[in-house]
Amino acid sequence: MTLAALLLAASAPSALGDPAQEARAQSLEREIRCVQCENEPIAQSTADIADDMRALVRERIAAGDSDEDIRGFFRQRYGDFVLFRPPFDARTWALWAAPLLLGGAGLVAVLAGRRRRTAAAVGFTPEDGER
Amino acid sequence: MIAEIGAFAAALALALSFAQGGLGLLFAQSEARAAAAAAVSQAAALSCLLAFGLLMTLFVQSDFTVAVVAANSHIDKPLIYKIAGTWGNHEGSMLLWCFVSASFGAIFATLRGKQSLGLWSRTIGVQGLVTAGALIYTLFLSNPFARLDPAPMLGSGLNPLLQDPALAAHPPLLYLGYVGMSVPFSLALAALLEGKADQAWARALRPWTLLAWTCLTLGIGLGSYWAYYELGWGGWWFWDPVENASFMPWLVAAALVHSAIVTERRGSLASWTILLAIMGFGLALLGTFLVRSGVLTSVHAFAVDPQRGIAVLVLLAVALGAGFGLYAWRAPKLAQPSGFAAISRESMLVWNNFGLAVAAGVVLIGTLYPLVVEAFGGGLISVGPPFFNATVAPLLAVLLLLLPLGPMLTWRVGDMRAALLKLAPAAILALITLVVALVMTQWRAAPALGLMLGVWLIAGGLIYLWVRLQRGTGKLLAKIAILPLAVWSMSLAHIGAGVMTLGAVAETAFRTERAVALAPGEGVAFAGRRVSLVQVGGIEGPNYSATRANFRVDQASGESRTMSAERRYFTTSPMPTTEVGILSGFDGDLYVALGEEVRGGNGAWTVRLYHNPLVQFIFIGVLMMGFGGVLSLVALARKRNAST
Repeated sequence: MTLAALLLAASAPSALGDPAQEARAQSLEREIRCVQCENEPIAQSTADIADDMRALVRERIAAGDSDEDIRGFFRQRYGDFVLFRPPFDARTWALWAAPLLLGGAGLVAVLAGRRRRTAAAVGFTPEDGER
Repeated sequence: MIAEIGAFAAALALALSFAQGGLGLLFAQSEARAAAAAAVSQAAALSCLLAFGLLMTLFVQSDFTVAVVAANSHIDKPLIYKIAGTWGNHEGSMLLWCFVSASFGAIFATLRGKQSLGLWSRTIGVQGLVTAGALIYTLFLSNPFARLDPAPMLGSGLNPLLQDPALAAHPPLLYLGYVGMSVPFSLALAALLEGKADQAWARALRPWTLLAWTCLTLGIGLGSYWAYYELGWGGWWFWDPVENASFMPWLVAAALVHSAIVTERRGSLASWTILLAIMGFGLALLGTFLVRSGVLTSVHAFAVDPQRGIAVLVLLAVALGAGFGLYAWRAPKLAQPSGFAAISRESMLVWNNFGLAVAAGVVLIGTLYPLVVEAFGGGLISVGPPFFNATVAPLLAVLLLLLPLGPMLTWRVGDMRAALLKLAPAAILALITLVVALVMTQWRAAPALGLMLGVWLIAGGLIYLWVRLQRGTGKLLAKIAILPLAVWSMSLAHIGAGVMTLGAVAETAFRTERAVALAPGEGVAFAGRRVSLVQVGGIEGPNYSATRANFRVDQASGESRTMSAERRYFTTSPMPTTEVGILSGFDGDLYVALGEEVRGGNGAWTVRLYHNPLVQFIFIGVLMMGFGGVLSLVALARKRNAST
């Protein structure tokens, strides 16, 4: 292994020098969609356009953009579809509220059922437990 | 000629299934006619077996005058993949669906046990109609026996990504799971028609629910493992719509496995168990729809056909309409449940069902939401991993946090204080894990909490086993030998959930990846090792040619290992596939995928390196859960034999 070979390997395809920046890039690449593929993040895709999009992410990070800037940049270019994280707006508030609404409805159902069932179990003492 | 006999056998099966439905449902008061329905169900299953066997024969013979064979097989394909080709396509997989549904009906009819006449007969009847619906769809909208003229000489081949042992077994397992949910559905409708869902009913329900859940567990696990080693990016779950399509019935089946225990043991929750059985089958049908219609942008979109999708939706509407209609009409008349205290085994199982059902609902909404937005003119949006990881994952985490408490509580009324005291060692171990993980990850809360959860589940499961072994007198070894299988199976499945949690958390939070350009002779330091490219050469497979790269890995210990990765080019497909190299060790997998030759790079190749800590725990955990399901089935079968 020569030193030159080591250097070449170290300056590998578009890795960012700062590990924190590299981590940010990899995490962003997992939530940006390859616009040409079937439901794949650019982190995963082997398509040429995904290569270009990955390079773009790294370019923006190196230029000092924040994660939110970069998401906004891609959204402006390709629309909401490009982000696997749906935005929170007039169309999607119901989506983001769904877990709370479903959980709330389930909670009400469980508690209502519990009142009915435990009413029949008022007289239970620990000795009534069955193994 | 074989194809025509096959089509005839399928048509015969359709007629028999209708007869089975009519006899079973209309004459449920007569032993003789119910016995006739049972005999007809066996004939229907045999007809389906004949049809499916003949289709398989056509694939083995590479009879390219049959359209499905020509489109999905190739003369050069290895025999095992010719056979797997039978279900590796839309038409054949639908025939498999029918075959499984008819077989389950026949098996149910044959193993009557102590079931009452009305329940037995009506279940056979509903199951017959389910099979008939699937057969209508298969024969009229996706006939696997349609001829092709002129016939091609070679066949166009199976999607090369699917030429893989794990994926040969993945669809049949998933279908056993999907269709397995049809028997609980039939039992639920029969119970509603009967107006009675008692403990005997739940006893009949449990093995089928367990079977479906076990097959779904193993099928999803296999698909996930395949994605991990075949797609070449080190991922095992992406909340893809088609993954969600199998995960939703899995969640409901898991809820049903637990609620059916309550109904069998205590007679409670019968109405909820019925509702779950209906929803579970509905989600299994929806799963078929999502995969087969291609309405959702998905990596699995090799089965795109909107017309078929609409037909599956009609079947779904009929099944759910009948199910929910009957439920609304008859469920209020079911016997009132017996009570249980707020702190009891039943109560914990209610919370288990709450968590699993809400999770299934959230996955359903997240999966369908982009369609709704698009339909209302809101444009295209994506709902992907960031949404599900932020919603479903925390919900399941809370569920898993409560899990070890359940088995510790007695039925009817339990003692939470005593349960917590017994679990104290597990809690202490989990808290130590939390603190250590927080310090080592420099205060990253999410992975630390996840690891804590995994340790809590495993330790809690072991403590439950220990507590059970304290009961009675005698030597420990003797007590181990007589510990009921049901205890082993439950503990294995619950500990498996913990093992899987550890793997999933470690892989998600601590994975590292790196893309490098390497020429032969060069190496790179990665994840405490040194990975060097030794050489790149061409090799020939049975129906593909490949570029293979050999790597040498120098471990920190000084030990040296070799591994290789390939890119395969199939004559039948423009896209190359990847065969990754995986080196498993104690700290996880080193995973190498070969990219393309770098343009003007002096013989250098792009290589993607991944280190996936504890990733094998995910698959081991899934296997443990699946094996727990199998053991539980054996336990039920033994109990059944002992009681007859």
